Amino acid sequence: MWTIIHKMGSPPWFFRISGVLVRWLLPITVMLLVCGALWGLLVAPPDFRQGNSYRIIYIHVPSAVVALAGYYVMAFAGAVSLIWRIKMADVTMRAAAPVGAVLTAIALVTGAIWGKPTWGTWWVWDARITSMLILLFLYLGVVALFEAYENKTAAARACAVLSLVGTVNIPIIYKSVDWWYSLHQPASIKFTGESAIDASMLYPLLLMIVAFYCLFAVAVLLNMRAELTWQHREAGWLRQIVSGA
Amino acid sequence: MSYSKTSIWQPMSSEVASLSIWGAFARQFMRHCKSLVGSPADAINPLLFFFMVVTLFPLGLGPDPQRLAGMAPGILWVVALLSSLMVSAKLFASDYEDGSLEQLAMAPYPLAVLVMGEVAAHWIATGVLLALVSPVFATMLGLSSAALPTLVASLMLGTLSLTLIGAVGSALTVSIRRGGLLLSLLIIPLNVPVLIFGTTAVSEAVIDGNTVSWLALLGGLALGSLALLPLAIGAALRVSLDN
Repeated sequence: MWTIIHKMGSPPWFFRISGVLVRWLLPITVMLLVCGALWGLLVAPPDFRQGNSYRIIYIHVPSAVVALAGYYVMAFAGAVSLIWRIKMADVTMRAAAPVGAVLTAIALVTGAIWGKPTWGTWWVWDARITSMLILLFLYLGVVALFEAYENKTAAARACAVLSLVGTVNIPIIYKSVDWWYSLHQPASIKFTGESAIDASMLYPLLLMIVAFYCLFAVAVLLNMRAELTWQHREAGWLRQIVSGA
Repeated sequence: MSYSKTSIWQPMSSEVASLSIWGAFARQFMRHCKSLVGSPADAINPLLFFFMVVTLFPLGLGPDPQRLAGMAPGILWVVALLSSLMVSAKLFASDYEDGSLEQLAMAPYPLAVLVMGEVAAHWIATGVLLALVSPVFATMLGLSSAALPTLVASLMLGTLSLTLIGAVGSALTVSIRRGGLLLSLLIIPLNVPVLIFGTTAVSEAVIDGNTVSWLALLGGLALGSLALLPLAIGAALRVSLDN
């Protein structure tokens, strides 16, 4: 058990393994994305109230789901790096933050695009939209804090503290925004969620969620490899791997 | 904040070294109270800021008393949040610059406890004071007098959480030059629940509704922050000292 963890903490070992992982995961991700997108956009039946405009959920829902999960990945990596001082955990956290921020932004933008034809407005201060916006701020805070520190080891630990505080806070934020919304606007728009989704629409959606998880993993791995390459640009083992020896 | 900064552990006799944790906390607390008495601007400036920003709202929204009264809970709470943001930017700045933070980090007591002494003094000087003065501003905005006790209570409880969250942000950014903007990005999202609970408590008080549960939520947040955040503040300060 411990040997595996120690191996995972070693950059050369990780660099090799992640290379193999990416080589397999990248084609799988592309395949899943293409299949899910074709299924969702072409094969799944149109919604009887929203017509074809609902199809944006095949991008919107997966990115929102993975954006939320991404924060916990980041915070977990942060906790590992604080407790065991494993360098690779720092790199994971550093790599996950921008990916999560981009996914959150995609969820917000696609939500706005969907809202225009459906609700007649780009933006509503709906509970879930507001929570996603706050999640975006939390992500951006971590990214900005990392950039602001000169000493990158200290930066990783600072981000770890911040993301742990954020993790404890996220459920409270979600609950409070929920209450805030139900107090201010007695449910005016209620056809997002409650209505059960038909299997013919659900399966492509599930496929897309899996595809987005893979996409997240690939993006984080590539990000980590880029970061490692930069950190160890002088190291002999990296030259060996890159030159294919 | 220039008062006696260099002489934190000056009388290094055996009596000082054997302070209990509470003794160490009290000593830090007293030190910061004294420094606040020495430079009262640190406590008065946030109040002035509060006053001025509250003045901006009638100018921006128009003088209609009814409209202002309706918005008063939100205005008061948002401005309280902003003023806590403003003061927490320099919470640890002078300690960091003159090196006393490093001394504290080497002291034989948990950094979290020592820092809490400072945060507590800071809360009393800014949060409690703001809460006590807030009825004046609330009356100027036309908030019904029945809601004033709730306003004071909610600000009292809420500013404790705001101060603690602000202290985490301040501890994380103290070693960064021009960290002010970054600080607001870091702590505004974390302050959202406090703002929502606080505004709702006051709004409920205006319509004579259920204020107790919202105040209880604020109290819960304050206690939770009090239990967990000192650890985060201590850890963040140690990180900043390494930077």
